[in-house]
Amino acid sequence: MAHKGTSLKLLLNKHPYADAMIADIENFKKMTGMNVTWDVFPEDVYFDKVTAALSSGSTEYDAFMTGAYMTWTYGPAGWLVDLNEYIKGGKAAPNYDWEGVLPGLRSSTAWSGKPGDALGGPGAKQWCVPLGFEANNISYNRKMFDKIGVQVPKNLPDMMEVAAKITKDSGGAYGIGVRGSRSWATIHPGFLSGYANYGATDFTQEGGKLKAAMNSPQAKEFTKLWVKMIQDSGPKNWATYTWYQVGTDLGAGASGMIFDADILGYFMNGGDNKERGNLGYAAFAANPKATEPTANVWVWSLAMSSFSKNKDAAWDLIQWATGTDHCMFGARKMDLVNPIRTKVWQDPEFKEKINKYPGYLDQYTATAPKAQIYFTPQPMFFDLTTEWAAALQRMVAKEIPVDEGIDKLAASLDKQLKENGLG
Amino acid sequence: MSDTTHSTPAAVSGPRSARLLPYLLSLPALLVCVGILVPFVTAAYYSLQRYKLSMPQRRGFIWFDQYWNFFNDADFWHTVYVSMLYTVSTVGVELLLGLGIALLLRERSKVNNAASVALLLPLMTAPAIAALMWKLMTNPGFGVLSWVISLFGVTDFKWASAPSSAMFTVVLVDVWVYTPFIMILLLAGLRSLPTQPFEAAKLDGVPAHFVFFRITLPMLMPYMVTATLFRLLDSIQQFDIVYAMTQGGPGDSLLLFQVSAYLDFFQYTNVGRSAALMMILWAITYALSNVFIKQWLKLRERTHGAH
Repeated sequence: MAHKGTSLKLLLNKHPYADAMIADIENFKKMTGMNVTWDVFPEDVYFDKVTAALSSGSTEYDAFMTGAYMTWTYGPAGWLVDLNEYIKGGKAAPNYDWEGVLPGLRSSTAWSGKPGDALGGPGAKQWCVPLGFEANNISYNRKMFDKIGVQVPKNLPDMMEVAAKITKDSGGAYGIGVRGSRSWATIHPGFLSGYANYGATDFTQEGGKLKAAMNSPQAKEFTKLWVKMIQDSGPKNWATYTWYQVGTDLGAGASGMIFDADILGYFMNGGDNKERGNLGYAAFAANPKATEPTANVWVWSLAMSSFSKNKDAAWDLIQWATGTDHCMFGARKMDLVNPIRTKVWQDPEFKEKINKYPGYLDQYTATAPKAQIYFTPQPMFFDLTTEWAAALQRMVAKEIPVDEGIDKLAASLDKQLKENGLG
Repeated sequence: MSDTTHSTPAAVSGPRSARLLPYLLSLPALLVCVGILVPFVTAAYYSLQRYKLSMPQRRGFIWFDQYWNFFNDADFWHTVYVSMLYTVSTVGVELLLGLGIALLLRERSKVNNAASVALLLPLMTAPAIAALMWKLMTNPGFGVLSWVISLFGVTDFKWASAPSSAMFTVVLVDVWVYTPFIMILLLAGLRSLPTQPFEAAKLDGVPAHFVFFRITLPMLMPYMVTATLFRLLDSIQQFDIVYAMTQGGPGDSLLLFQVSAYLDFFQYTNVGRSAALMMILWAITYALSNVFIKQWLKLRERTHGAH
């Protein structure tokens, strides 16, 4: 009880992973004698709040939820504490078991701060600690698939055929749900997972400088198929589709399948959703020549504010929230669907719970070895990835041919990289 | 004696409070000015810097380079174009519709009074909520508007999802929300016009269109200018409807000033560019309001002269 009486304040996103933490927080308070309060914001405005709090140097929040991509902005800005100081600096509890966190997640949340350096590479700073994650795979409507007589697609060309058949034969539903809004969030789920599977990268490095690689032959091959798939079998108003629309359409039976976060499909299989109990899950390797999936991951994490006046106490909370005991609680009793620890995935009680969702555990097992962030970390991530999404929108709307659109995108990104000293 | 004793402190405190009174009275205005000027000066200061939060090592004064770069930046001119198009389209349509409805409701009757109150309801809806309602209503799968147009054989209209129809869709939402604002101002104006010129025209048998163009419209002009000014200033600063419906897309089709500045700051943490965009928007807004206020003063003088 080294920090007994200390008050911590957290900034949290409204999410089942945060709900799990709040449900268990009394245990932390009893264990440490600390007082914990929190603010919860919906995701639409959450990161605006984080940016406003951190950029103003506010000491209000000691720790907050973040995605790994955000730390590529927050870290270089000097707003985050490098948690290696605690993890590797002898301040972690003996039973914390940092090595028990899935390796892809550990590396995905660590970066040196040098544009283009590999995540988790030499000199990487641990900007945040994973709390839970999402891998991108297929969630599909088993009932609809059986009725139409189609199988779960094995690769992207196959997915295009299956999606087209669903659109044609389902009597109203469209084939494939993927995100399409003018946001970086359109690129990171299914699109980047498939893109990486085709061997394409977002940037290459030449002499320490970044160069856009969206116009490589592999990238063009994949993007052409992706664009055609949306045009043929995606939602009609795809350009406004975010996580919510993709999910609710699947849950309502308006789409046959989605290539998005696995936990999105998980949540749509319960609650009041029309299709609850009808959904199945499958790992997905987009490239017919690929041997395994390359799921890009979104990692909900906890980070510590540089402006916190209670850093050691905040570390205790981060350590507890990402430790085995809370992780086990969240996975067994709450909706911490994708726990970060290998030990929890092997827990019989959790396995029994998750096996009620057909194929979920299998898709995780098949995906886990190569589940990681496939973006190149750099401080202009949001500018450039949003522009990528905007270019995709123009191509899907047939405003510009795919080849030309991609070339223009690459040229524009190269120009911006150069202007900012990165290219 | 007692009078003198009592009057001495009053004589001292009286002039002091009298001296303080102007400062006290102007204090609220001063506080408001500080509240406006501090952010304004800060924004002006940031706009002269290369200042991206994620790249603190590159922060430095570039003076007017940011503004200069805008002039050679196709994206900036696109923002100017779509912002102007949005403003002119929304204000133009709202003015015509608002005037039409106000003319229809001009006569005082129970039905007209009830209708004018009912028509105000969209104005009570927060624009962001209105945008989300319209987003649902225009959903091709289950949206009521998509269903309505499908009855006329239009089955593939993509509303805000296609670059070709996105501007039309957000203008439609803006018109739905804000036409009542113009309608109620013009209705108040119409009902306050003097009756004598209209009675004289009626006695002389002047045709209706002549009355409208030569009497009603000129007399209503100060009200129209006022309504236009308010809407123009609001419309050029549009954010909520467009962001809630499209986030500025598809492509860059709806990257208005405020949307672009918001993305620059909150998404891309580019403080310098965001501040420079806002300064330009301020300059446009200031110039427009000056033109309109001058026009309004002229019209008011003319109207008073006519009286």
